Amino acid sequence: MASLIRSPFGQPILMRKAYGDALVELGHARKDVVVLSADVSSSDFSSMFEERFPDRFFNVGIAEPALVDAAVGLANGGFVPIANTFAFLFATRALEMVRTHLCYGKSNVKLAGAYAGLSDSFDGPTHHSITDLAIFRSLPGITIVVPADPLAVAKLLPQVAAWQGPVFFRLCRNEVPQIFTDDYQPEIGKGITLVDGDDATIIACGVLVAQSLQAAEKLRREGIQARVVELHTIKPFDADLVTRCAQETGAIVTAEEHSIIGGLGGAVAECLASAHPAPLERVGLADTFAECGPYADLLEKYGMSVEAIADAVRRVLKRKASTLVY
Amino acid sequence: MNKCIAGSSGILYPYGTRHNPEMIRDLCLRAQGYRAQVLRMVYERKSGHIGGAFSIAEILTALYFHHLRLDAENPNWGDRDRLVFSKGHACAMLYAVLAHRGYFPVEELSTFRALNTRLQGHPEPEKTPGVEVAAGPLGHGVAIGAGMALAARLAGSRRNIYVVLGDGELNSGVIWEGVMLGAKFGLDNLKVIVDYNGVQQTGSTRNVMPTEPIADKWAAFNWHVIEIHGHNMAEILDALDRADEIHGRPVVIIARTSKGKGVSFMEDASQWHGGIPSKEQFEIALTELQDGAKQWQA
Repeated sequence: MASLIRSPFGQPILMRKAYGDALVELGHARKDVVVLSADVSSSDFSSMFEERFPDRFFNVGIAEPALVDAAVGLANGGFVPIANTFAFLFATRALEMVRTHLCYGKSNVKLAGAYAGLSDSFDGPTHHSITDLAIFRSLPGITIVVPADPLAVAKLLPQVAAWQGPVFFRLCRNEVPQIFTDDYQPEIGKGITLVDGDDATIIACGVLVAQSLQAAEKLRREGIQARVVELHTIKPFDADLVTRCAQETGAIVTAEEHSIIGGLGGAVAECLASAHPAPLERVGLADTFAECGPYADLLEKYGMSVEAIADAVRRVLKRKASTLVY
Repeated sequence: MNKCIAGSSGILYPYGTRHNPEMIRDLCLRAQGYRAQVLRMVYERKSGHIGGAFSIAEILTALYFHHLRLDAENPNWGDRDRLVFSKGHACAMLYAVLAHRGYFPVEELSTFRALNTRLQGHPEPEKTPGVEVAAGPLGHGVAIGAGMALAARLAGSRRNIYVVLGDGELNSGVIWEGVMLGAKFGLDNLKVIVDYNGVQQTGSTRNVMPTEPIADKWAAFNWHVIEIHGHNMAEILDALDRADEIHGRPVVIIARTSKGKGVSFMEDASQWHGGIPSKEQFEIALTELQDGAKQWQA
């Protein structure tokens, strides 16, 4: 099992570059894939697809509603459109298009949400995307996938394209460590146990998977055996795995680059409340906008550092110890 | 339910057929019959939108019984022409026309807006054969149509994409995003028909949000503009033919119509956007529609 994780982590790579590479690869593999952009292709690196496949690339201008609607039209014609813009714009400005046509109308459109979380750090809160998971998770029929490293992007993007129905693929702008080995075989809809442990479970997605692995390592030196589970798919939600973790470890910490309301932490809370109540600590933004600044500094200041995750585990273990056992 | 269309043929006039007086008479009679059908659907359910349905009766009849290349037996035939029904609230008319075109039984129209129906309050593609995309929130049609037109071009298909818009939804910003998109890519397989009935939910479009000079606006966005009288069947058929002869640019047909067309007290009156007739109003309206049909019942 440990073979899924590189030790030490590999050199950081720009996730958007990994996305551009994966998109080009997909373009070679599937002639029915088309790519649309709302004029940010030089930011999200979908320009790499444009350079290779200009006939299958459409820049619709700075017009996110039309970006999604035009993708709906292309999907109606049998193509698999991958629409590209910043994650927050899909979740806010183009939300009605996503709800009406992708979710209600079951249009087979894929949304690649760039610059998610705080990763567009210097552009500040207008560009951060900290509520997208909560917004999309409430929509019937959508699938939400959050890759954690460059290899995960490469392995998950073809699955996103092959998936029947709308998908929101949530991407980081920045350099992220390579955490997975080639044995990592993600499958949409199924969580993965990365590290075993019985004292508590850290359930993480995206960039915070790396931090969670480091937190678990740190805790191990303190004698705390924390399990680490990656939920790269927020919806459909792997309730069986989360329930099993609650039953087996009795304490849960969630870690996500998102508000603690309604995202991964919200989904896990809902699951625990109905399946197996257990103490839960949620790591993420505490219902606040952040500010501009260096990415790592923002993650630390707003409570998403390795130490913050380790602290959450220590807190949840105290609560577990004080929970009455029948 | 179908009796109001006595004297019409149900014939399908294949794409390319030149119109003649008998064909015009036949199609006009049918359009009037679909109005009576819609009146009954909304009256019986006490829910629905009559005004904007009546204004597109001739346009949808011309499209579905003459111009669109479709196969009702095989609604998902890949190379069919597409019709994007953007003014979703007027779907009672779309359903009436689709039923008579053979997509589902005419009897099913009585389930409009009922629980468990395939004929939802606003169109849903999964449920209703012949419906291409969901509609209801206004403004989506042009951008979706542009995507469909790009798909047709990429596939090397000669199929055409038709978009039926209301004039009220021209208030919506995404319409103009779609208009720019159609022009940018020179989508001459994209044809938009604006049902310019001049009335939206709370009043005349002139007062709610002026959109004139509407032809100039589309022309300024590099679309080819055709203006017609939208209840004149011959003008509609001619405009659809002319639209197919335009190359290198998308085409918009501005069809001047009357909301509530065919019933005196409903015409051009915003309260009939979503108004429900009383029993007495229903009977008067039905009589007026039947009287109106007599001019075509040779």
